[in-house]
Amino acid sequence: MDMNQYIEIFTEEAKEHLQNLNSCLLSLEKKPSDVTPLDEIFRSAHTLKGMSATMGFEKMAELTHLMENVLSKLRAGEEKVTSYVMDILFQCLDVLEQMVHTIVFGTGDDLSIADLTISLKQIEEGKQNLPSVQQAREEIAATSACQVQGENETFYLQNCDEFEELVFNDYEKFLIISAIAKGYATFRLRINFDESCLMKVARAFMVFRNIEEVGEIIKSVPPVQEIEDEKFDNSFEIVLISKETEQKLRHVINSIAEVNLGYAKIISISNIQDISMNKAIGDVASEEKSTANNNNGKGLNRKSKAMQTVRVDIERLDNLMNLVGELVISKTRLEQISSASQLAELTETIEHIDLITSDLQAVVMKVRMVPLEQVFNRFPRMIRDLARDLNKKVNLVIKGEDTELDRTVIDEIGDPLVHLLRNSIDHGIESPEIRVNKGKSEEATLRLEAWYEGNNVVIEVEDDGQGIDVAVIKNKAIEKGVITKAEVEQMDELGIINLIFRSGFTTANKITDVSGRGVGLDAVRTKIDSLNGFVGVETLPGRGSKFTIKLPLTLAIIQALLVQVGLETYAIPLSSIDETTHLNRENIKQIQGQEVMLLRGNVLPLIRLDKFLGAPDSNKNSDDYYVVVVRKGNRQAGLIVDSLIGQQDIVIKTLGKLLNGIPGFSGATILGNGHVALILDIGSLI
Amino acid sequence: MEEELQLVAFTIDHEEFAVDILQVQEIEKIIHITRVPRSPNSLEGVINLRGEVIPVINLRKRLKLPLKANEDNNKIVIVKVNDLTVGIIVDGVSEVVRLKKDMIESSPGLVENIEVNYIKGVGKLGERLLILLDLPVILELDKQNDQTAYQEVHDGF
Repeated sequence: MDMNQYIEIFTEEAKEHLQNLNSCLLSLEKKPSDVTPLDEIFRSAHTLKGMSATMGFEKMAELTHLMENVLSKLRAGEEKVTSYVMDILFQCLDVLEQMVHTIVFGTGDDLSIADLTISLKQIEEGKQNLPSVQQAREEIAATSACQVQGENETFYLQNCDEFEELVFNDYEKFLIISAIAKGYATFRLRINFDESCLMKVARAFMVFRNIEEVGEIIKSVPPVQEIEDEKFDNSFEIVLISKETEQKLRHVINSIAEVNLGYAKIISISNIQDISMNKAIGDVASEEKSTANNNNGKGLNRKSKAMQTVRVDIERLDNLMNLVGELVISKTRLEQISSASQLAELTETIEHIDLITSDLQAVVMKVRMVPLEQVFNRFPRMIRDLARDLNKKVNLVIKGEDTELDRTVIDEIGDPLVHLLRNSIDHGIESPEIRVNKGKSEEATLRLEAWYEGNNVVIEVEDDGQGIDVAVIKNKAIEKGVITKAEVEQMDELGIINLIFRSGFTTANKITDVSGRGVGLDAVRTKIDSLNGFVGVETLPGRGSKFTIKLPLTLAIIQALLVQVGLETYAIPLSSIDETTHLNRENIKQIQGQEVMLLRGNVLPLIRLDKFLGAPDSNKNSDDYYVVVVRKGNRQAGLIVDSLIGQQDIVIKTLGKLLNGIPGFSGATILGNGHVALILDIGSLI
Repeated sequence: MEEELQLVAFTIDHEEFAVDILQVQEIEKIIHITRVPRSPNSLEGVINLRGEVIPVINLRKRLKLPLKANEDNNKIVIVKVNDLTVGIIVDGVSEVVRLKKDMIESSPGLVENIEVNYIKGVGKLGERLLILLDLPVILELDKQNDQTAYQEVHDGF
């Protein structure tokens, strides 16, 4: 069956489950005594296992299966939640995430999981304190006196010469050697069935059950799955680690009717055998899956989700949004016609349509909304790792994760937030010792909070670290050539602090993994700008700093002011307009060749849109101007236009590949009369 | 069997041009074109094609033919090349022609006044000469041939 069509769904769901695992593991780590998250973890791991096995990603299925085994031990209280166990589980998640990643790119789940497999098995068997994988390897190498040459380990196991050779993987080798070290024997058993035996599977099951009472089966040929499916002739082989003697084993097996033990050979280490690591691990994978089937009924009490949801391709939603956009445009057109025709009935109907379209618009927007939770979810883990790497103690407080934003914004907002959080931990938050010296609590608080504010969403990242030192910023900015000394002298404190958003700026003397490349905050600013948003910073030296991001709820339909320049109409996003005002020619002043006006005592630079746009037939002779006061961040300017047409909901259309990168415009929209109007990009204008 | 091409033929300034019919999406009457300030010179502007904003190229400027104001009987040929939908203003669309492949000469020596790069070949159809345009090259607006493009911008200041 062609699975490709399901891959997308699979990866999406897998990501969700991994996210869930991540957050549950984190809460488990915080409170190891409370095992309630384990149920959730178990369920997610179990679902992942099922999904990946169905899709044929065997390694993923194997790894999740092993995780599941460990988890069930933890849940049953048979094993303790130690930091070692947590680390291994987190490592598993990382590998699983990588697998999902490689699956997305069509390269399957072919990652090495040998080490994790062994670690998980150890934990499962209560051997947490056993040597780590690395040590185990060394042990293997030492005991078997084989040559170890880098990764190309060769390993030898003596098999019964007269029979076909068995291939053992790393883990099996490890088991055999530790068994030998402890004085256990490893048997290779051949189980024969009578020719007349009718229910071989049932007999085989009894064999397994009986043998498991006297030892541990580490391998079977053919694999258990095939034995269960009756895919064997009249015999199969198993490798067993046991304390018992051959006689005892013979007795155990021969006690089952129609079955007898063909031979039992003790395996020792001597003969050379090259082992293809991958093949061996593949074998284990299929074997493990089958044991999973044996342990049926385990952890199947999956809770069904109460919410009823439908997964819809974002493209379809975009389509729907476009259609609603069209409707809005047509509605505007109808309004124009009706105001010209003065027909009461028509006006009434149009008012009704107006209501419906705005409702429809609201609903469609809502459908596209995704809670910020999706982005915030990955932060606790990230902060945990980062704080550990940098030896800092950080308590991340997340609030308002249910705040919803348009899907397109959600997809883009993750990276800037990562930058800000990393920035806070790296630069803002001090090491525990310094914090204690300063009389602060050892553990720093990093607050990530989101809320609605009108048609915007505000996201704040606040730390109680050392804050931003204005003097340091000043010197660094001059040193890095971001700004000249003369320029700095004219700036106020806020202006100087905002220099950290300039490209090329960094205060870190060393370039580390975390920061110091001087692209971080600049990249944040650029990204937020491209989302029509705003980012600012406040700081109190010694007390901490706060970054504030303000984003529009959606990018698809915005409110805009339509203005006339010459014969042409342009749209200015309302979000970047402070006010509109009149201006008489006499009140235009010149400062260093730049036209300015005074707005309530403040100097406001003016931009003549007709010149900027090269608009023909502009009304140059008039003495009265309209000025649209626009703002981007803390820059303000007045745009001189011929007239103001009015405020309108506009549907943003992209200008397409050909016109991308033309400065001054962020897109286009279609007016009521069917003409295209360009949307001014205030950021690139002032 | 000889391979045959189906082409859409149109005229600009008494020259006959042609593009592969598979690249042509539709042919529109001339409609309101919104000028895009500070854009390459040969970009006439953008149009609203049933809700989509589509750029429109003025081939006269692109091919350095004599300029002329658009007339009502002009047409916009909407072409789609490499996922890029673009309108081309033409004087008029003549017809769809079938042309055997061996009737197309790759040597563009026959056409003197048009940039060689823009021409994929010249097709002979009886007495008529059809200039086959290389659309992907023509649509690359940012190339050197359009240096006039940004002059407007500087004039603006």
